[in-house]
Amino acid sequence: MKLLTLSWRYLWARPLATVLNLLLLTLGLAAITLVLLTRAQLDRAFERDLAGIDAVVGAKGSPLQLILSGVFHLDVPPGNIPLREAQALARDARVAQLIPLSLGDSYRGFRIVGTTHDYPAHYGAQLARGRLWQAPMEVVLGHQAAQATGLQPGQSFAGAHGLSDGGGTGTHAAHPYVVSGVLAPCACVLDRLLLTATESVWEVHEVAHGQHEDHDAAHEDETREITLALVRYRSPLAAATFPRHVNTTTNMQAAAPALEITRLLRMVGVGADVLRGFAAVLLLTAGLSVFIALWSAVRERRDDLALLRMLGAPPQRLAALLLCEALWLAGLATAAGLLGGHLLTGLLGYLLAAEQSLPLTGWLWLGVELWVPGLALTVAALAALLPALGAYRAQAGQLLNSR
Amino acid sequence: MIVTRGLACQYPGGVRLTFPDITVPQGGVLLLRGPSGSGKSSWLALAAGLMRPAQGEIEVAGQSLGSLTPVQCDAWRARHVGFLPQKLHLSPALSVAGNLELVYFAAGLKTDAAAIAAALQALGVDGLSDRRPQQLSGGQAQRVALARAVLLNPQLILADEPTASLDDGAAGEALALLRTSAQRCRATLVISTHDARVVQALPQAQVLELDALREVRA
Repeated sequence: MKLLTLSWRYLWARPLATVLNLLLLTLGLAAITLVLLTRAQLDRAFERDLAGIDAVVGAKGSPLQLILSGVFHLDVPPGNIPLREAQALARDARVAQLIPLSLGDSYRGFRIVGTTHDYPAHYGAQLARGRLWQAPMEVVLGHQAAQATGLQPGQSFAGAHGLSDGGGTGTHAAHPYVVSGVLAPCACVLDRLLLTATESVWEVHEVAHGQHEDHDAAHEDETREITLALVRYRSPLAAATFPRHVNTTTNMQAAAPALEITRLLRMVGVGADVLRGFAAVLLLTAGLSVFIALWSAVRERRDDLALLRMLGAPPQRLAALLLCEALWLAGLATAAGLLGGHLLTGLLGYLLAAEQSLPLTGWLWLGVELWVPGLALTVAALAALLPALGAYRAQAGQLLNSR
Repeated sequence: MIVTRGLACQYPGGVRLTFPDITVPQGGVLLLRGPSGSGKSSWLALAAGLMRPAQGEIEVAGQSLGSLTPVQCDAWRARHVGFLPQKLHLSPALSVAGNLELVYFAAGLKTDAAAIAAALQALGVDGLSDRRPQQLSGGQAQRVALARAVLLNPQLILADEPTASLDDGAAGEALALLRTSAQRCRATLVISTHDARVVQALPQAQVLELDALREVRA
């Protein structure tokens, strides 16, 4: 009989204890897997969506809110800014590129963003079908938005006022959008947006508010607004002066995404640390539980172990038997923990997708997950150390003296 | 064959036990008799290579046990010694067949399912291989333990009080099975006992009386 077979049989000779230990270990490992997967994907999403954006200019208010609404499209923007002032900033020598974004409407929870072709170009977006918008009221769908809404090039729809699903205060049925194209997946924020020309947003809202027809073009530019602008600096040195310039000389604010996201991650990091700590406590409890189970197994099996010594088994084989039981537990818990962690992450991703929030998937394997089996093996091996020593010291002579 | 010369063992605290010399031919039967504490268990431990003699020599089937290292002793015991403990010690975690497989595990050998089946059949318990020890009667359990002891055809079988707590009928049957099994593998049989029925049932056996042989050194 092989060591693995015998240890497996001994393990399942106490099914309740084994299942409980497995459950404890699995919960700890699943929680750690969830933290690892979530953190890695959040970091990746932040990194991808923030790439090349040095500042976000918008209405005064919370800078974090401005970043969350302007870069990640997770929050409502603090207000609008005059188009004229944004255009003036675009001419600033420190600014290499300024991309205007106009928000306000959505379709089935996916935000309609009025912008220029520079916005999809910034993320290197490719078209999967159709073409980019060429005129107002034409719209290009992000990959996730297209999948969720089922819209195809050539189809039309009416946007709803407001940025969240069900949060709208009415539809703009008189101004339907026509789908001109669908973007290929880019694993970035564009996946869950509907992109159109800035003029589309003006058209829908100005008509809705009774403007437009009585004014000439020059006056329109004077009064028109956008929601915010994404700014790329010509030189990193601009970071030292540009935000201060905007914040002190205009009625707008310039927020640095890197700073705000660091602040956000610090806040989110507390939650992640709590979850990680909780997982560590679970693992510690599991380790203790495995230790108690193996220790009592050694006590229960004292005669079995002594008999094995009597039959000629060397002490190290008996110690290996106990270690092997612990390693079986670790192996099973690793498989179940990884599976559980991925399923939980998938579920979390599903819930977030329903909210059109950050993309999160359970179908992703990261190199860092190699820590999970490593951790499980370490916990199990440490828990089995003393029991294995007890098995190693089993004396065959006790069988001769037991009456 | 067992040969002992000037054999003695010593325990921590200075308790020293000396044993009379004896020679048991291969296939013979030796009864170790004596009251509790007289050294029966120690003699069995010496014969199994579990304890090193403090003095003298013990030779089993031509192998001087004092010359073996502990690792060699384990390997030698696995191949050459069968053991029938008083309490049988069948693992409740394993089936009857699984309990016999332990012999192969201990010896580091590949399991021979045919040999297990044959050993169980020889002792009339071949239909019980999938049962757990707790599902066996006392007699069945004793036969399974005996099958375990003789599975690798040992040259020495050590039986520790095999008739204790058995009635006359069961004791007679147990001794007969033990004797037959030992003869089948031509093993020398050593029975540690203080049961007078064993001496009566095995009149041809050599008897080693282990009484009043204790010495205590200052």
